Amino acid sequence: MSAVEIRAGFIPLVDCAPLAIAHEIGFAEEEGLSLVLSSAPSWSALRDELALGQIEAAHMLAPVPVAMALGLGGMPAQVDALAVLSVNGNVVGVSKDLAGKLSALGHGFDFADASRAGLALMRATEGRLRIGVPFPFSMHAELVYYWLAALGMTVPQGLDVRTVPPPRMADALADGEIDAFCVGEPWGSIAVEGGHGALLLPGASIWAGAPEKVLAARRDWIAAHPGLSEQLIRAVWRAQRWLARPENLSTASDVLARPAYLNMSAEIIERALTGHLVVTADGQQRRVAGFLRFFDGAAGFPWRSQAVWMADRLAARTGLDRLEAALAARSVYRADLYRSALAPTMADLPGASEKLEGAILEVTPVASQRGTLMLTRDAFFDGAVFDPDLRD
Amino acid sequence: MSSPPSIVVVEPDADRARLIAEALEVAGAAAIHIIGSESSLARAIATHDPDVVLIDITNPSRDVLEELTLASSPLERPVAMFVDRSDDALTRAAIEAGVSAYVVDGLRPDRIRPIIDAAITRFQMFQQMRTELEATKRALEERKIIDRAKGLIMKARGVEEEEAYALLRRAAMDQGKRVAEVAEALVSTAGLLS
Repeated sequence: MSAVEIRAGFIPLVDCAPLAIAHEIGFAEEEGLSLVLSSAPSWSALRDELALGQIEAAHMLAPVPVAMALGLGGMPAQVDALAVLSVNGNVVGVSKDLAGKLSALGHGFDFADASRAGLALMRATEGRLRIGVPFPFSMHAELVYYWLAALGMTVPQGLDVRTVPPPRMADALADGEIDAFCVGEPWGSIAVEGGHGALLLPGASIWAGAPEKVLAARRDWIAAHPGLSEQLIRAVWRAQRWLARPENLSTASDVLARPAYLNMSAEIIERALTGHLVVTADGQQRRVAGFLRFFDGAAGFPWRSQAVWMADRLAARTGLDRLEAALAARSVYRADLYRSALAPTMADLPGASEKLEGAILEVTPVASQRGTLMLTRDAFFDGAVFDPDLRD
Repeated sequence: MSSPPSIVVVEPDADRARLIAEALEVAGAAAIHIIGSESSLARAIATHDPDVVLIDITNPSRDVLEELTLASSPLERPVAMFVDRSDDALTRAAIEAGVSAYVVDGLRPDRIRPIIDAAITRFQMFQQMRTELEATKRALEERKIIDRAKGLIMKARGVEEEEAYALLRRAAMDQGKRVAEVAEALVSTAGLLS
């Protein structure tokens, strides 16, 4: 039987790894799929390719399918999340100038304490903080708004959040267009390498369980191809399991370093995969547990509660009805298909499809199909817990 | 709104920008502003307060324009992609041609259509030029590789150029491959023998 061709688009970032590995290490082939991967020039171009059927699947920012369900953004279509491709993996960075001011205020760049770093940042900033994010609908934007609002800033008014394509982020910082950024790797590390700034926090220190990228497909395509959707979920799940083994990470870095993917040094890529980052231009290193997760703690499970959290934040900011938004978002994260796809595998899945977001402080055993599942920390830095069962 | 629509074209290549502007003028656009620099793009666009923004689909800065669709946009008037959100055919034609258009809400479709059509035609021309250029480059490279493969065969077998090419062509036919592919396989592995 010959493999079925699936065209899948991605943005050259470290967290496109599950798709790249599914293709390169043969997990797609094991599932009878032939992945034809193509990189896209921008998130909006990738979304449009998916919406218009030029590709069947995409590596997509976790909030994009939710935003589309709420009617936000330029392209009307319904796209669902078949699986979460990665959890966490972003960094917040500041310009050289701002890093100097923070140091002068006694900030130690511990790369861990979001409260301390945020308060120091607000003290060091004159006027509105200008912060670059890759896309208006992104976990980067959500993390920045959440973090600074929880520390007392009035958002969005008190903040100037600007869209800057990741490859331009270091230049935008160097040119004084922005004071800070929140971006996915390798772009934070590249800004540090170029001497344009310092890394202040990992995204995981703001929310330890933030869904970052999802495997997205058009809802009508999924309905017409349930079998292929499940094969795709399994291929990606196997790739994520492979990526969870530390001994595979240098191979993964070498694969991602190739011209077809990130086309840059494997050393820079490995920093994010191992959570061992260089945070300042003079080479100070920090190690972050759970910096970027592909597999542990059911990372791939598309929790409906995650979709509701994103919808609630987007609705509050854009003036939409929050209950309606939550309702629309729930059906976008396809926990139903994820379960049926993984039923024939050894995967142990959570018993529920929603959880209280932010309630898990330490690795915790939870009710699951085989009784062996451990969820990892998903706490918000301010200790808040989000109940997806919204009430007025 | 009865005055001709005003347009911002985001295009760093000055020659391409000029060609686009000319086509839009013919199609009846009023003010046409070209923005070449990608820094602070959203603000640069806002200062012109255009009816339509056009950008090459392969431009990474396109994501900046997505901001214009938000209520918090730097533009005073909200923007949607394309004339009519239900006009899938036009959307598809534009994207396949490699251009994306952001259009201010409330603009009459019949007034904007000629502009978008002109942009699509122009971008199709760019795409064709790019494809042709790539094809020419590839043909040149293949020619070089075939010449090297011929040289290798001539040396190894002591035959003339014509016979070397005949051997290559026969191998290609036997393997169901193109001559260039067989030549490339030969050239890339020949190094192992010496």
